[in-house]
Formats: sequence, structure tokens, C-alpha cells
Amino acid sequence: MIREVAIVGVGWSGFRPITPDLSYKELMYEAAVQAYEEAGIDPRRDVDSFVTVAEDYNEGTSIFDEYVPDQLGALHRPVQTISGEGIHGLAAAVMQILTGQFDVVVVEGHSKASNILTLPYILAFAFDPVFNRPLAVHPYYVAGMEMLRYQVESGTSHYECACVAAKNRNNALLNPLAGYGAAISAADVMASEPVAEPLTRLECAGHSDGCITLVLAAGETARALTDTPVWVRGIGWANDTPWLESRPWGEARYAQAAAEMVYRTAGIKSPRAEIDFAEIDDTFAYKELQHLEALNLCPPGAAGEWTAAGGTEIGGEFPVNPSGGALGQGHLLDATGLARVLEVVLQLRGQAGQRQIETAEVGLAFGWRGVPTTGGAAVILSN
Amino acid sequence: MKEYVYDSVYLRSKDFEEGNVLFETWDPNARYAWDAGVAIGRYLQGLKAGQLIGRHCPECDRVLIPPRMFCETCFRPTDRWVELEDTGAIITFSRCYVTWDMIRITDPQIPAVIEIDGASPGMGIMHMLSEVDPDEVQIGMRVQAVWKPAAERIGAITDIAYFKPL
Amino acid sequence: MSGNRVAVVGAGMTKFVRRAQETAKELAWEATHLALESCDMTLDDIDAVIIGTAPDAFDAVHMKSEYLSDGCGGWGKPVIRGYVGGGTGVFAPIQGWYHVASGLFDTVLVVCEEKMSSCQPHPQGAFLTIFDHTTERPLEPNLLWIFALEMNAYMNRYGLDKRDIATVAVKNKRNAADHPAALLGDANITLEDILNTEVLAWPVQRGDVSPVTDGAVALVMSAEHVARRVTNKPVWVEGVGWTLDTAYWTNRDLSYPVYVEEAARMAYKMAGITEPRQQIHIAEPYDPFDYKELHHLEGLMLFDKGEAPRAAADGVTQRDGDLPVCPSGGLLGVGNPIAAAGLMKVAEIFWQLRGEAGARQVPGSPKRGLAQAWGDLMQVGTVIVMGV
Repeated sequence: MIREVAIVGVGWSGFRPITPDLSYKELMYEAAVQAYEEAGIDPRRDVDSFVTVAEDYNEGTSIFDEYVPDQLGALHRPVQTISGEGIHGLAAAVMQILTGQFDVVVVEGHSKASNILTLPYILAFAFDPVFNRPLAVHPYYVAGMEMLRYQVESGTSHYECACVAAKNRNNALLNPLAGYGAAISAADVMASEPVAEPLTRLECAGHSDGCITLVLAAGETARALTDTPVWVRGIGWANDTPWLESRPWGEARYAQAAAEMVYRTAGIKSPRAEIDFAEIDDTFAYKELQHLEALNLCPPGAAGEWTAAGGTEIGGEFPVNPSGGALGQGHLLDATGLARVLEVVLQLRGQAGQRQIETAEVGLAFGWRGVPTTGGAAVILSN
Repeated sequence: MKEYVYDSVYLRSKDFEEGNVLFETWDPNARYAWDAGVAIGRYLQGLKAGQLIGRHCPECDRVLIPPRMFCETCFRPTDRWVELEDTGAIITFSRCYVTWDMIRITDPQIPAVIEIDGASPGMGIMHMLSEVDPDEVQIGMRVQAVWKPAAERIGAITDIAYFKPL
Repeated sequence: MSGNRVAVVGAGMTKFVRRAQETAKELAWEATHLALESCDMTLDDIDAVIIGTAPDAFDAVHMKSEYLSDGCGGWGKPVIRGYVGGGTGVFAPIQGWYHVASGLFDTVLVVCEEKMSSCQPHPQGAFLTIFDHTTERPLEPNLLWIFALEMNAYMNRYGLDKRDIATVAVKNKRNAADHPAALLGDANITLEDILNTEVLAWPVQRGDVSPVTDGAVALVMSAEHVARRVTNKPVWVEGVGWTLDTAYWTNRDLSYPVYVEEAARMAYKMAGITEPRQQIHIAEPYDPFDYKELHHLEGLMLFDKGEAPRAAADGVTQRDGDLPVCPSGGLLGVGNPIAAAGLMKVAEIFWQLRGEAGARQVPGSPKRGLAQAWGDLMQVGTVIVMGV
């Protein structure tokens, strides 16, 4: 990348299944103030541009962009919405800084999932209106079908998928920013009710409310603002086909393409050797395994066995989702990828408390847009 | 330059009425219960009690309506509630002959932005005017809220039925 | 400007129609296909795709850019959707600019699509949900209200009447008669025709408003080393700007678009423009309503506050005037498929600066032009300055 970019401040609020005490504006304000305080900046003076991540139907407001500037301190400043994954928003901010026209850019993502009374119907509204939507099946059927095909192609057992859910829910017990921590076993996960076979209830992330704000700065500015900048080493994102009819169900091709770009921009040749840990989308338990393989962090078909053997636990050789992931923290809608990034930042700074990884120098975060999409985005950070 | 315009196909209403084209329909089931939060929660409580409430910014020394817990101008927390009058002046207005989904109506609705007495200059809210000849409405006209009876108020902006000339 | 220099090298669009037979994806494909063809490129030359499209409620698909992505040429590529309401159409090429200027990509596709007709019984219904869910939506507001309220504030501030403003609608609908994609072009329309249309929300009449439209527009943008290879007429992005005002729109002075001024200042600074009235030769300000063209010309500092109506009456903004404004025919004439309409303006500047605008070509070989859009609750300004 032609210019250095670093994360110099983070802020968060919520991370609870419900937040009835605060409006979305108040939730965002709380996280923003914290991030600005940490970065030592005044948003009314020091920020060149703001990026928020939001989808209208998740907010219940058309053109949600309208309601963003006030609580971010972004009035009369460049502000844009990315209707995408949180890491797409981060990518937009990184690109702005790389142009040389912007030195400090803020990224915000949030969830008020608890305010959506008909969430599965909203997801169903994302399906092709002519070919798929009239079938009127719960949208998670796509995950069930994909999981089955992934298991068959990769030779991954249901037990190995369930191990992901057990690991992440247990990791969440160590994380104060996690609403779904639980001391459960893979057997408990497999025994929970089926949602869309083979997928069970405990293999699907519940939802949380929350907000994450990141302050990004160009190299020299970053060094001036903090002694502990977290550097953006590479960024990548990609889409596969939107058609259910012609996608490769067994593998996450969008993640492979995003990985190719993130490793290319970061100059990484051997991801597994050069990266210490990862926060990876686990909206459904099997997704963590499928994504690990697509990101070339283990050989195809090996993620399940590796996970069952404890290789991806906090104390393992390559910790994955020490935060608890979406399964442990709760899914934050568009902000989920930013929750992954937040954990990577805290780990790289050595601020992850009880779940701190011993060697945390380079970390990867990967976000997926969820069913029925094939959109994913990745970032590599280092301290 | 014509070569850069694709010759897209245009359908007429008749094409649908006569069944010449096929289509899918879908009613989105999108329901929400938005948390009002601290500022708007208090605002709604005030409306239920028949009172307009604003919030004071100590840095800008402004009284804001609708109330908010932070000031968007200086980005500092606001510090106290301010009880406002239910009177004000029309900043701008319209006479609207179609409903929100474009059904034509004979008697116009009269939306207006009303600067509320007791708030800082320019601090308006959107509401409706009534009990007035539509042609008599003017910018600057003084108006007052007409509240629904206390028993019918639920803590919503519609607890004010409309504003009328003072 | 630092970062890589970026040019527009190709453009294509669909016809703008009231109700298209094509699905949203198919419309996007039609525009994308022609944009690529216009510069002899294929998808193999494209490194990333930027999608611009306004509320999901129109096309009636949640996460709309995911659904649109293959029609926009995004299969297997980095795809991103930026969104600033009605300002999106001009913001999408700004995103195209920063994708390429960042050094991450050499060539990108910028595709804007809108299929408003999918929203039944009337697309206006989708706009109910742009208002604050707690403090405004229970009043069942109509989108027209906010324009009527803003237009009234503008007219009242400067003592304007409807006749001062309707000249814009006449000019743009006449200009559109020469646009092969136009929905409402009419070479013979008169001021009386506009003034005699039905009142929707006074002071807004039917003739003051752009129509509900389906359509798509696409651009190809490249870094300098690619642009020089693929065309001998690259149109350079010289400056970009965008800003957002408060969501508390009832607390604002509606008579002046300060958000447009701020966006323009940012773009002018980047482009090194100190005297916009001399240095901008052609302008495509956003004109979903006729008064908005005047309002925006003032915000762009191309005319003094309250002076744009007189300039329009004097013919300054005609295609052969001193400052041709909306030579395309604008949203009032060509049509208003929200995001696509904004990008149509950028495409028009591209064609005009290359001397390829056919019957719409303004005289005098303009060297620099700008396009501007506006959106959200009357609070977004997006500006792009381009030159040859």
C-alpha cells in the first residue's frame, strides 16, 4: 500500500442482546466519544472524513445515512454510508487515507437488532424476488444446505462443526463484551434443536445490540497521536455470484478471493506462518471452518479436525475467535466484522484481559455479509 | 452518442392489465420497535403530559428541540431539561393535495415547520396546521398546539392534534 | 491532488423509462455492457466494482447491492456499495476516484441503478420511512412536504414567484428533447404549460417535479497509465467533495444549501479552483425539482444568493448561454432514477468535455465541468469537478 495507515482509537458500547435504555443515536455517541477520547482528537476539528456502515432494512429507516452525522460529531463534514459488511466500511476509510487527501478517518458500525421484530422476514427480503423469495422458506435453509455440502466435500463431521460453537461460547465467558458466553460442550450443541438440518440452534449466532467506532490515521499522524498504533497491513474484499442456483456450495469462494487480495496487499506469502491469530466470521459454526480453509489458514478439509483437537483455542497453536466470535458475542448485523476487528486491536495492544493471546503481533479479521449473500471482507493488522 | 444508450424496453399499464407480462408481488413483513432512548423518551413523556420539552447545551447556550443528549454542533453532552411553550411561529409551510402514498385529496393537509417559543431561534419541529383557511397561512404566523384530551394521549408526537393560529 | 491521477474513460446508460421490463440486474447489465464497450474493455480489465443505488425499498430487495452485483459485473471481484441517499449518483464516481487514487486498483466500474417502479402502489410510499420514526413518521409525512417547505422558504427569503422558478423546468425539458435516453423531453414546452400543471404540495406543482423512473448508468474509471493507453480523450477527475448536514432538518435554515457550498469548497480546493464562475464552463447541478437547480447553483457559488433565478431568466444557463446548466435535460427532462440520475449527470459532463454530446453539445469546447447531487433529508452535498 502506498501510504501507512493505523488504527489509533477504538470505542464500543452495548454488546448486549437488548439495550432498551439507549436509542441508536445514544449508543453511537457513547462509542464515538470513547474512541475520540482514546485517540486524543476532537471530531469537530481533527477528523477529515467519516464512514458509517448500515443497511436500511436493518435500521427500519430508508436512507439511514440521514441520521448519522449528529452523534458522530460529523456535522458539515464528509460523511458516507457503506451498505456492506463492517470491514467494507474499514476498506473505504483505508482507501480514503491512501489517496493522500485525508489524514484522519472514522469508521462506525452498529446494531439495534433487538428493535427488529421480524428479523427472519427482513433476511428473506434479501432473496431474489422472482426465483427464490416465493418459496417462503426460513432464510437459514441456505446455511443448512451449504453446511451439508461443505461437510460432504471436506469430510468434516457434525461433531467438528459443533466444536466451533462450544469453543466460541466458552471463549465468550472470558470477554466482558459478550452476551452469549456459556460453558457448553460439542455434545450440547449437537443435541440442541435442528434449525435447518444439519444446522442446530446452538450453531447459529444469536443477535446483540452494540456499536463499534474506530479512528484511523495516516502514518505520521498516527505516530503523533499514539504510542500504540495498530497498523493496517492489508485489506481485501470480494463477492461471488449472488445466485443460489449456481454458487459453489461446498467452498467459500468469496473468502478465497478476498484472501488473495488481503495477502497480496499485505505482502504475505505464507499466511499460516506469518499470522498469529484470527477473528473470523462464525455466524454459523461451520462457517468458521469453511472460512479458515478459504483463507488458506489450514489445508482444505483440515479445519474441523484442527478445531476438534484444540488447535484454534486461546492457548492453541493458532487461536481463532478468542473474543467468542459472533456465536459468543452475538451477531451485530452490519457491525459484526468491526467486532472482529475490535478484538484483533485489543489483542495486538495486549488489552484482551483473561483471553489475551501470548504472541499477538499479526492478526486477521474476516467478515461475511450473511445469508443469502456471497460478500466477504478481510483485513490484516499488526502492532 | 446514441450508441451508448441501451434500448431498454418500456412497459405500459395496459401490459399489466391485459396480462401481457408476468410479475411477482411481495408484502415485506418489516416491523420494528425502536428504543426511544433517554432524550426522546423524556420528550414523549412530556407530550403525554401535554408539555413540550427541550434540552440545553451549556457550550453553545442553545435550547434544542427535539431534545438530544449531546449537541451536534459542539459535540458536548447537553446538561438539563427545559420546559418550552406550546406556542410558536411558522418558519415555512405547504398546502399538500396528495397523501404520503400519492392519493389525491380535496382539502389540503398543511404541514409546517414551527419555531417553538422558549427554544433557541430557528429550533423548529414539523407538525400540521388546522382550524385555518389554507390561503391565510403565512410565514411568521403565530400558532399554538391543540392537544388531544389527556386520556387519549399515549406519548407520541400525535398527542398534539395540530397547531392553530393564535 | 496527491495519490494516483484518475480519469473517466467510458460511459454507458439505459433509456430512462417509467417502467422497465428489465429486472434491476438486467438494467445494470445493459449500462455496464455499454460502458465497457465504449472503451473497448471487458470484465477482465476491471479490478473492482462500485455500486450506487438509493433506498432498498424501491427495488424491494434488502441488501440490494448483493442482489445487483452480478448485473454490475461484480462476480468474483471486490464489490462495494456507497450510499448517501439522493447524493449517491455523484458520490459513486467519487468512490471510484478513491478506489483508483488509493493505488489499490487500476480500473474500476461505477454502476448506478434504480428501479423505482417495483415499489407499489406508488414509489412515494417508500419515502415515508425516510422521516424520523418517532418524532415525524406518525404524522404520515409526504416526501413532497420537505421540498415544498424548502421551496417556500427559498421563495420567501428572496421574494421569488413561481414564474421565476418554472423557467428551469422549461429549459431542462427542452434540452432533454435532444437526449436519446430521455423520458420527458419536449422541445415545445412553454412556461405556461408548467405553471398550469396541478398543484401537488404548494408551491410544488406537477411540472416542477422530476418523474418516477427506472434506469441505470455506468462509468469506467482508470488510473493515468491505463487511461492514456485506452483513450486519447480521458476526462480527469480534478476535485471531489461531499458533506452532510444535521438530521435535525427542522432546526436548519432551509433557504440556503450550506451543505452544497461546503462540498463545493472541498472540491474546488482539490481542483485548485479559486474563481468558480470563470473556471467552471459547464454545470450539471441536481434538479429533481426546478427550484433545486437554482438553489444548488447558489450553493455551488456560481451565482450570488438569490440571484440564480434572474440569471436563468436572462438565458445565462441555456445551452448556448455563458454557463450552460443541465445541457443533458437533467432529472426534470431525462428522468430521475435516483442514483442513476446523478451518475447520468457525470456521464453528461464526460460526453460534453469530449465533444461527444451530439445535438446537446454546448458550443465553445468546454474544458472543465462539474456535476452535483444532493439527498437525504435535504442535507447531503456531493460534487465532482472534471476537466480535459
